[in-house]
Amino acid sequence: MSQVANYFVKLGRSAIDTIGAVGQASLMLFGALFAFPKWKNVRLTIAQMYVVGVQSLLIIMVSGLFIGMVMALQGYTILVNYGAEGSLGPMVALSILRELGPVVTALLFAGRAGSALTAEIGLMKATEQLSSLEMMAIDPLRRIISPRFWAGVISMPMLAIIFSAIGILGGHLVGVDWLGVDSGSYWSIMQATVDWNQDVVNGIIKSFVFALVVVWIALFKGYSCIPTSEGISQATTQTVVFSSLAILGLDFILTALMFGIN
Amino acid sequence: MQDNIVSISNMQFSRGERQIYKDISLSVKRGGITAVMGPSGIGKTTLLKIIGGQLTPSDGEVLFQNENVHQVSRNRLYEMRRKMSMLFQSGALFTNISVFDNVAFPLREHTKLDESIIHTIVMLKLEAVGLRGAAALMPSELSGGMARRAALARAIALDPDLIMYDEPFAGQDPISMGVLVTLIKALNKALDLTSIVVTHDVSEVLEIADYAYILANKTIIGAGTPEEIKQSDSALVQQFLQGKADGPVPFHFPADDLSTQLLGASK
Repeated sequence: MSQVANYFVKLGRSAIDTIGAVGQASLMLFGALFAFPKWKNVRLTIAQMYVVGVQSLLIIMVSGLFIGMVMALQGYTILVNYGAEGSLGPMVALSILRELGPVVTALLFAGRAGSALTAEIGLMKATEQLSSLEMMAIDPLRRIISPRFWAGVISMPMLAIIFSAIGILGGHLVGVDWLGVDSGSYWSIMQATVDWNQDVVNGIIKSFVFALVVVWIALFKGYSCIPTSEGISQATTQTVVFSSLAILGLDFILTALMFGIN
Repeated sequence: MQDNIVSISNMQFSRGERQIYKDISLSVKRGGITAVMGPSGIGKTTLLKIIGGQLTPSDGEVLFQNENVHQVSRNRLYEMRRKMSMLFQSGALFTNISVFDNVAFPLREHTKLDESIIHTIVMLKLEAVGLRGAAALMPSELSGGMARRAALARAIALDPDLIMYDEPFAGQDPISMGVLVTLIKALNKALDLTSIVVTHDVSEVLEIADYAYILANKTIIGAGTPEEIKQSDSALVQQFLQGKADGPVPFHFPADDLSTQLLGASK
């Protein structure tokens, strides 16, 4: 009987902890959102965009290129059987704009920039830099968290757009330049098929939602980590795992909302 | 009352189910150096964080310049913090900017001073701690003692009324320790500061302190001027001052009887 009671005590405690963590994360998010309009923060945000955005460019561009190339190669081998290789352009473009662009960019962003954000904030906590800011009467949410939050949210959709553009060019490289698909049909059918609102804008909206979630998880995990080497390592791992799961789960929901019901 | 910059009365503090402080009352006289000593893990740093408003006690009140730190608005607390400063054990310098920028940081955040004036103030603060020559260095290029001095320069950048030192002597070689002892005393006098020094380095701090408190067993076990403390007849105070391994503060962490535990395990 006491084992059953213990089980319920543990269950209750973990429920309270989870609700507490969601509450703390929401407060942190509110603090970060609220802190945006200050001019000094805009300058800090631009500096952070260099770190999380510009420094992620290489991995995003290379991945976009290869994914576009693979999509073209796979698509060509199937479409050529039906004599439909002319539709290679829209196939590559739609897959990348609607799905692969936002999702792969978000996954790469979580691994490259999200983990770095968690480790950075976690180390600042462990070395008492966050405490010292508070004691200097400077709000860490405003000075540290908010610029990183906005930098991530602004950068990731831009990275996704770059990823998609390079992916489509990669598809052209393999489909048109190497496998001999007509360049005119690659571009013109793509132009006729891809819809600005339905495909391009929806892809950007997806990317924006992923950015909000990834950056929120990364910053909260760093801010709330146990300030030891083990705690920081655990928080960094959790950032990548939770972000990846959130991206994939949200992708299904957003796809269902955007494309599932006609 | 007016004479005290910090007054703590009947303060209790718990972390989870573990009680850290039980009914603590102390006061810090304006203009003096007050030492707070006690064994490791007793919660000395916690005391400074409570005074700074980073932690909230479960009971009792903490006044800074006659205002209750834990009952003022967030904005007021931040205004109060501009008048108090804390030197963290690790220094807590920002590792991505130079020593100069670290010291200039609070000035740039809180004032609209011209960059040339900030330069002058920073150089004067660094001169005071003997690190003017190290202004361009990065924190990773400093020794432990130098990092603490640089952090001290940052802590006095805004000319606070109160400065709290968290274990300023921990892990320092004798020369660095001597430098820090001299600095704390000199700055306190020159800048008309009030200092709270939390430490377990008894002899160093008693050299410069005007008044001292000893914390142990969740409460204050001794208080007085350094002379009074040294002559205290409390066994606990004497154990702490003389560094005896066992005594009222036991060597062993509380546990079941050894024979019971070992025999119980073999069954």
